[in-house]
Amino acid sequence: MFKAGVCAVTGAVLATFLAGQADAATKLTIATVNNGDMVRMQKLADDFTTKNPDIELEWVTLEENILRQRVTTDIATKGGQYDVMTIGTYEVPIWGEKGWLVSLNDLPSSYDVDDLLPAIRGGLTVNDQLYASPFYGESSMVMYRKDLMAKAGMEMPKAPTWDFIGKAARAMTDKENEIYGVCLRGKAGWGENMAFLTAMSNSFGAKWFDMDWKPQFTGEAWKKTLGFYIDLMNDAGPPGASSNGFNENLALFQSGKCGMWIDATVAASFVTNPKDSKVADEVGFALAPDAGLGKRGNWLWAWSLGIPAGSQKTDEAKKFVSWATSKEYLALVASEEGWANVPPGTRTSLYENPEYAKVHFAQMTIDSINAADPTKPTVDPVPYVGVQFVAIPEFQGIATSVGQQFSAALAGAMSVDEALESAQALTERSMKKAGYIK
Amino acid sequence: MATDHSRIAARLMISPAVLLLLGWMVVPLSMTIYFSFLSYNLLSPGTEEWIGLVNYEFFLTDPAFFAALGNTLLLVGGVLLITIVGGVGLALLLDQPMWGQGIVRILMIAPFFVMPTVSALVWKNMFMNPVNGLFAHLAKFLGVAPFDFLAHAPLFSVVIIVAWQWLPFSTLILLTAMQSLDQEQLEAAKMDGAKKFRRFFHIVLPHLSRAITVVILIQTIFLLSIFAEILVTTNGGPGYASTNITYLVYAQSLLQFDVGGGSAGGIIAVILANIVAVFLMRMIGKNLEA
Amino acid sequence: MQTALFDHKKALVTVCAWAIGLAIFFPILWTILTGFKTEADAIASPPLFMGFDWTLENYNEVLERSNYFRHFMNSVVISVGSTLLGLLIAIPAAWAMAFVPAKHTKDILMWMLSTKMLPPVGVLIPIYLMFRDGGLLDTRSGLVLVLTMINLPIIIWMLYTYFKEIPGEILEAARMDGATLWSEIVYVLTPMAVPGIASTLLLNVILAWNEAFWTLNLTAAEAAPLTAFIASYSSPEGLFYAKLSAASTMAIAPILIMGWFSQKQLVRGLTFGAVK
Repeated sequence: MFKAGVCAVTGAVLATFLAGQADAATKLTIATVNNGDMVRMQKLADDFTTKNPDIELEWVTLEENILRQRVTTDIATKGGQYDVMTIGTYEVPIWGEKGWLVSLNDLPSSYDVDDLLPAIRGGLTVNDQLYASPFYGESSMVMYRKDLMAKAGMEMPKAPTWDFIGKAARAMTDKENEIYGVCLRGKAGWGENMAFLTAMSNSFGAKWFDMDWKPQFTGEAWKKTLGFYIDLMNDAGPPGASSNGFNENLALFQSGKCGMWIDATVAASFVTNPKDSKVADEVGFALAPDAGLGKRGNWLWAWSLGIPAGSQKTDEAKKFVSWATSKEYLALVASEEGWANVPPGTRTSLYENPEYAKVHFAQMTIDSINAADPTKPTVDPVPYVGVQFVAIPEFQGIATSVGQQFSAALAGAMSVDEALESAQALTERSMKKAGYIK
Repeated sequence: MATDHSRIAARLMISPAVLLLLGWMVVPLSMTIYFSFLSYNLLSPGTEEWIGLVNYEFFLTDPAFFAALGNTLLLVGGVLLITIVGGVGLALLLDQPMWGQGIVRILMIAPFFVMPTVSALVWKNMFMNPVNGLFAHLAKFLGVAPFDFLAHAPLFSVVIIVAWQWLPFSTLILLTAMQSLDQEQLEAAKMDGAKKFRRFFHIVLPHLSRAITVVILIQTIFLLSIFAEILVTTNGGPGYASTNITYLVYAQSLLQFDVGGGSAGGIIAVILANIVAVFLMRMIGKNLEA
Repeated sequence: MQTALFDHKKALVTVCAWAIGLAIFFPILWTILTGFKTEADAIASPPLFMGFDWTLENYNEVLERSNYFRHFMNSVVISVGSTLLGLLIAIPAAWAMAFVPAKHTKDILMWMLSTKMLPPVGVLIPIYLMFRDGGLLDTRSGLVLVLTMINLPIIIWMLYTYFKEIPGEILEAARMDGATLWSEIVYVLTPMAVPGIASTLLLNVILAWNEAFWTLNLTAAEAAPLTAFIASYSSPEGLFYAKLSAASTMAIAPILIMGWFSQKQLVRGLTFGAVK
């Protein structure tokens, strides 16, 4: 029995080894994240291959962090494993600057590059070259429960302040019944709690670096930001907030345990989908809060398709990129799956479409995107680009370590001052090592 | 006893393995050592330069380093403690006659087959989550406040997850050893009126000592490089509460893409692992010689 | 009277063992169950144990979205291939170490084990560069090679400890009878070593199947095994417990079933020389 098993397996192994692959068509290997919109693109890709029978698509779908690690290693070492890469607004300025990406300025006129939302296009352009084509764009906003807000006797303004959020969160909280006024990210990571906190700090007038690249964590503004966040979460947040990322908060909100949630605009389509969400009918939206300093605490991100320089299949790759990010693709999704499922946040024409305007989070999404400016993210001038990140290669590592300090402060393992001091110290260390400061 | 002829043959038979492992070790290791003296960030190619020991200094003075060192030892020690005590207990239990022993054994060894990422995801989301997790529901059912495992006992939680994966391994080895115990000796001890307790400490445990050292050796090798479980559950936090050396090296090389710093960290990890190895080998050597 | 007492104890042991066994198995059971729930039921509070609408929706979606069979075949080829290659190299080495011990045999063995302590992430970049230059990125042969090297020390050590248990006198006798080295290995040693080899094989297939660092970092599309398949379902943006559970079940089921069917063989040789 056992021997037979071994034989069978060995046979299968050999057979697969020997099975050669002979392909006439050009094969494009596409690396994407496993977010809903990308998965949908994969399903609809038949439309592309029917129109381009000489191109075959090979998908590598990975979780965001693993994907980033894979494509970065590959492009930096010129490994050449991918022909199209899904990358974000953090990577594009850095990689474009280095000449690692193929310029997309020569896409056909039907692509209509001027239709792209200016904020998004700006984030993907380096020295007047568009280095990646946006697939979907997102900002962040407040999602709240209308019923709980009414029960607390308050009304959400279209553009709330942090003070209002603080009051409302505490009024909505009912820990006995597992209702927590506000759910915010707390899990350490540059794309987790630091995305939220960096965007939030912008509205409090804080910044990562001054014009001489000196870290600014010991300043008053960061102290206010972190202090406000931690008090708020202690009073009105869910237990275990220090390990909550997007997913955990989504689960909490969908199961009716959060009064408010400030997070990515793409979450709107999840929480209003009655199939997955218990509170689908009760969700309202508002702009991310401000503190009266002229900046709101919302971020800007666009998952985009880029082509690594040195790819042998640049022409085919361009064909694919312009298909996936075209107006026709948006129309295709709308006809197959409805307007609510169209990848949002990339094109002006989408928001001028009366059909799309009926989707009730559309307006708030575009307003949020327009309220973010990656080139002028903070109240004071800064030497860097990026709203919820700083577009330098060292940022991922530094922000993840800083995120650990802040999540420790949230868990109660250290005080706000201690967290900020150690954030300052470790950022200074890394910036010194990288040669930004002496 | 062995002839020259067979000695030469033996050398020939060992050499492929030795050469391959030597190559596998020496080539990447020397590249890593070389990189560790460079200022080399993957994202800034073309700017590599020799900077001497700066990377080492940077890694060793990192406030996270000593925390990570301590965590590594706690993690390895904690898992070993649970798996060995638990393994001996389970082996004793499984060694007794019962109904459905085969099925019970199947149930108990199952966790060993689960991929680390999968088990970390399952534990984190479906068990330890303080709101939606099963432990939280259980706590509420019992009328106590749910405990927030990953925030307030992050390292302990990781230890639990890893111990769950490795408990079957130690149980199996210890059970195999247990079954080879001389029953007559045990019966004789029983006749002499030795209490259960005494029988366990004077006959069973000494008999198991070799198996226990084997479990310690093999598991330590794997436990020193635990990484996926931490990445999935706590990201090394809060603070540095669950950062181990491997995770620290990961943060350096794959988050920061600082190949120089990551290489220095890697070399330090190798040195530390070898210190542990020397201790282990001493212990094992003694125990396995007999 | 005697029998009744005996049964009493047996019943107690049975209850205890089953309770513990089920507790240990529970996380896996729960994952399997969750795979059959809708996403909304998967996070329902209080949790639903049986009384939910069983659905195959998640499995359909997973099968539609990923090329499961290819990932599965890659996992099989990589884990079995690396184990067989490892055995091919390890059997002669372990044989020689066990039966013709030299002064440094112990040291060599210990050194081999210590190569396993190299933290993979520290040498990723050198290996990646070598793979790129050798054209081994995203190939099964490349992964077979890496996993062979990674598990070789364990394979050699397991076999060595097992071979050492084989009494040398038998070999002496065979040698007296004029057996050559080769026939000594093939006809005398191997049959006695089969249980040890079998469990070494099984253990290493399991270890290789679950290896998630190299298999993820050195593959893209062609050679990506089930670990990469799982990585496409754990998502930081979008909540899919049920789909994740279904995918997890599909990733662990083959090895779980193999493990269960072969557990006798696995256990028989899993002694590491620890049994006298």
